Amino acid sequence: MDTPDKSAKMDGKNGGSGNNSGRGRAALIVGVLLVAALASVLLACVAGSVGVPVAELASGLAEILRGQPESLPAVLLELRLARALAAFATGASLALAGVMMQTLLRNPLADPYVLGVSSGASVGALAAMLLAGATWMVDAGAFCGAAAISLLLYLLARRDLRNGQAEGRAPLILLTGVILAAGCGALVTLMLSLAPDTSLRGMVFWLMGDLSGAQTAWLPWLVLLVVLAISLRQGRPINLLALHDDAAATLGVRVGALRKSLFVCATLLTASAVTSAGSIGFVGLIVPHGCRFAFGADHRVLLPVAMLAGGIFLVLADTLARTLLAPQQLPVGAVTALIGVPVFLLQLHQLHRK
Amino acid sequence: MNANYDRPLFGYPVIDTQSLKLSIAGRTLVDRLEWQARPGECWCVIGRNGAGKTTLLRTLAGLHQPDGGRIRIDGRQLPEWSQLALARQRAFLPQAKSDAFGYRVIDTVLAARYSFHAGNRWESDSDHDAALAALLAMGVDGLAQRDVRTLSGGERQRVAIAAMLAQDSALMLLDEPANALDLAHQVSTMALLSRLCRERQKTVLMAVHDLNLVHGIATHALLLMGDGQWHAGPVAGVMTAELLGRCLGHPVELVQHHGRVLYVATPCA
Repeated sequence: MDTPDKSAKMDGKNGGSGNNSGRGRAALIVGVLLVAALASVLLACVAGSVGVPVAELASGLAEILRGQPESLPAVLLELRLARALAAFATGASLALAGVMMQTLLRNPLADPYVLGVSSGASVGALAAMLLAGATWMVDAGAFCGAAAISLLLYLLARRDLRNGQAEGRAPLILLTGVILAAGCGALVTLMLSLAPDTSLRGMVFWLMGDLSGAQTAWLPWLVLLVVLAISLRQGRPINLLALHDDAAATLGVRVGALRKSLFVCATLLTASAVTSAGSIGFVGLIVPHGCRFAFGADHRVLLPVAMLAGGIFLVLADTLARTLLAPQQLPVGAVTALIGVPVFLLQLHQLHRK
Repeated sequence: MNANYDRPLFGYPVIDTQSLKLSIAGRTLVDRLEWQARPGECWCVIGRNGAGKTTLLRTLAGLHQPDGGRIRIDGRQLPEWSQLALARQRAFLPQAKSDAFGYRVIDTVLAARYSFHAGNRWESDSDHDAALAALLAMGVDGLAQRDVRTLSGGERQRVAIAAMLAQDSALMLLDEPANALDLAHQVSTMALLSRLCRERQKTVLMAVHDLNLVHGIATHALLLMGDGQWHAGPVAGVMTAELLGRCLGHPVELVQHHGRVLYVATPCA
């Protein structure tokens, strides 16, 4: 960083208002988090009701890569790796969707579920379970439910997405989403009360969010990486939208198009995450919050950072859910909520004391 | 009318309207507005609450669809402009808005430079220089690293005006720029706007309530009467006791004081 930076002396501990230092800082944070992500996945592979010695990690991985895991550590590794990767994709999707939803609604308290996308998925998934469908049918039901609610929401609140919300008026899209979510909630209750006892446990686990049934699927990863690539290119306009709302248009942003793109990206991510793991709460709320708190509100940094942090958080939470009362498995959604609530409260109070 | 009309070398309108009509909730605010502003002119918009000052400014900025008529900026119809090109041409200062996220002051000013290198992921050094110069001009350079949510109303307003300066556009639309500012900053901000018009041939259009504040600053005035009627022209011709009294709904006297004119509201009987 050899450019003379006039702002350097005012930077203080935050550092990096200068052009190059801002970029360098972003690269550093993302690099550190990538290492942490790798570490969290390895930890998830090693920990569990039956431990895998670290010494056998390499040989086990080699067996998996050859495509024929035979030894016990290798079989365990393969199972746990698949689950950890699914957890990572789910957590990363939820955190990224959370950042986008908060920007779209210009409300730091929004989360990926606030507009009812996950409630739609619940209705679809529970309906499939009620009809005793196979696992893939539950997944398909969840995705169709999420897609249906998203489409309905889009049609009802199109105007709001295009024009932005007038100051002081309750945003149409938020109210529409909340009401749709309430309607879906009623349907879920109805189905739970009608369900036979045998399928009730599976339903409750699904509603809490559970990764035990999650398989390695390339689809959530594909959705995640495509959306990340799109959103990274829009980091600056997203900042302007978060900052100025519809007045961002006077700074040169095509606000309507950006809002629609954010809506589609966020709902797609949510649908994909909920489909593979049920509605795991709090990841999409506290991870974006924590990242903003720690690294600032610049979306060029926040988007990749929240994605990685969300993945790490869910991998660790799921490892905890598997090991805490092993061999008993807890629904990971309960674990994230139990961690999330106190952390969020702490953050909130620290923020307001400042 | 042909959009590509011949424009003279000097003094072509930066912005002009043809039979512009604005209404809200069935009430006509502005009817058949034929108005134009040229480089170096400083306009103030005067009217009662709800007379349509904000609606007019938002419409001219392209944020609100007019109910009729057309707006041209630099001779081109508003819908023909791309958002990005328009951002280089005109800036808009909305009335104070809430900040949802904890951006730093410098970030909010850098955001106004978006149209300069929209394709780049990071701002250039020249953007940083412009942002710091704008903060300095508004006397808020010491706040550069502060969280915008911790600023006072007046500080926030000065930062918003600094962002507008950093945007460096030919036309500046300001909705009550003096809002929340203390007396000293009201006066210095007005002087700054006046200087931009005189020395850098900017065009300013601002909604104001304090007539004395804009005296000597504004060269022209646009009076919105609230019933669709309007009066536009040089200050001397439009800001008369008779017209202002009708526009504001209360009698106004013009008092000579040390060679300048003071606008005084007549006390209620």
